Amino acid sequence: MEIAASIGRLTLYRIQVLGRSGIFIFSAIVQAFLPPFRISRLIKEIDFIGSKSFLIIFVTALFTGMVLGIQGYYSLSQFGAEAALGIMVALSIIRELGPVLCALMVTGRAGSAITAELGIMKITDQFPALEMMAIDPLKYVVSPKIIAGIISLPLLTAFFDLIGITGGYLVGVNLLGVNEGAYIGKLVAAVTFKDVYGGIIKSLCFGLIITWIATFTGYTAEATTEGVSRATTNTVVLTSLSILIVDYILTSLLL
Amino acid sequence: MIRVENLVKQYGGITASNHLNCRFEKGKVTVILGGSGSGKSTLLRQLTGLEKPDEGSVYIDGRDLTTLSRKQLFDIRKKMGMLFQGSALFNYMNIFENIAFPLREHTKIADNIIKTIVTMKLEMVGLRGTEHLMPSQLSGGMMKRVGLARAVVMDPHVIFYDEPTSGLDPISTGVIGKLIKDLNKALNITSIVVSHDIESCFKIADNIILLYYGEIIAKGTVEEIRNSTDERVKQFIHGEPEGPIPFTRTAKNYLDEILYD
Ligand SMILES: Nc1ncnc2c1ncn2[C@@H]1O[C@H](COP(=O)(O)OP(=O)(O)O)[C@@H](O)[C@H]1O
Ligand SMILES: [Mg+2]
Repeated sequence: MEIAASIGRLTLYRIQVLGRSGIFIFSAIVQAFLPPFRISRLIKEIDFIGSKSFLIIFVTALFTGMVLGIQGYYSLSQFGAEAALGIMVALSIIRELGPVLCALMVTGRAGSAITAELGIMKITDQFPALEMMAIDPLKYVVSPKIIAGIISLPLLTAFFDLIGITGGYLVGVNLLGVNEGAYIGKLVAAVTFKDVYGGIIKSLCFGLIITWIATFTGYTAEATTEGVSRATTNTVVLTSLSILIVDYILTSLLL
Repeated sequence: MIRVENLVKQYGGITASNHLNCRFEKGKVTVILGGSGSGKSTLLRQLTGLEKPDEGSVYIDGRDLTTLSRKQLFDIRKKMGMLFQGSALFNYMNIFENIAFPLREHTKIADNIIKTIVTMKLEMVGLRGTEHLMPSQLSGGMMKRVGLARAVVMDPHVIFYDEPTSGLDPISTGVIGKLIKDLNKALNITSIVVSHDIESCFKIADNIILLYYGEIIAKGTVEEIRNSTDERVKQFIHGEPEGPIPFTRTAKNYLDEILYD
């Protein structure tokens, strides 16, 4: 009885939190499209989430592409199909690895930082301070981060795809001797609009998920140092899991 | 002027505001005094509209805060200033930008005039020359003074102070106290101070409201409070451990607890 009751309470609590986070994100997005518009805030956030992630995305993409080049070559050469290496690398990256790895890297780099930033603002009463200055904290702090996430992730993913495919090319063509024309030619012929479109849809969703979880977790963090450090960890775990689960759902819907 | 009528606020089983009635007059410094947990912050949050009471009303210049829309509330807040207990400066902005922030958000004042205004406010709190520093580079007392400069930058009609002197050294305490008093006189505004510090409270207050576990147990001028014959008031202002205000507030009898629990 006791156990059943506490499971029930916990479930109810979880549903409440989910509901509140839904209202939270809905208001933040609505607020983003109401004046006054603070373009400089948005640019600052895009710089933080997007521009500052370029290097880490570059390295991740390059090595992912290079590994795919080696692994793909090894598998394909068993059927004498090395010429298809370009297609294999490109499709794996554009459809799956680009959006997912990009999102995971941004979660680690920017998601945790966003939660920590909001948590610190909460500890130091900066949200009520904004309220008292007649500024909506949700609109001022949260909305630009959400919009910046939705804008940045597709761009970072496109960059990831480009570098990843180049990495595969470097290994396949320059190191393992796959025919250059075959790598590029087959790739261009085989990648369809639907593949690219699917990748973009995924990255848009991931951009929303990352900033949504990071801001909500920070905004509702317990206002103590332990509370904020716990919230930061929660953000990384929760976001990473959500990305993998949502990726599965989107893949099955988009195929 | 601010008038509070029959204000009630409960958290779970705790009554943090128990049918409060009081007024805060223009041109006067009113100190809300009480021990920790007596409901001072709760009252302040309701006065500023940061929190809605369960019952009762807060009238500011005749308008009931509790019935206003968010937009109307924001319009009133533009004429309010608040100094937070921890100063609540924006940690990613330097001192200049912190103080200029409300002006940049709510007015179209040109940059060179903003610079003049910020310089004047910093001069007022004695911190001219710190414009380019970040909040983390300042001491607690200095942060409070910057917070004060930011609170008055829009020329408010009401200023709220949450524990403005707690955690400060005696000199900073004196400086802040004098600033509160001088500002109030110079601008002829309504100043509302939350404090548990009796010493500095007597120095800056015109009127005092004494809270005790969610209820107002005394209100009046500094003289009236000082000369009060109420035992609870006497105990509080003299800081005596023994008296009608019990040191502990647990429900269980102490002996029962250690003997039978
Ligand atoms: N948000 C809240 N949730 C639950 N209880 C609260 C909350 N805020 C205040 N309280 C309770 O209300 C009482 C008054 O608190 P507060 O107004 O912070 O007192 P003070 O500022 O005088 O120390 C305390 O018992 C406190 O525990
Ligand atoms: Mg308090």
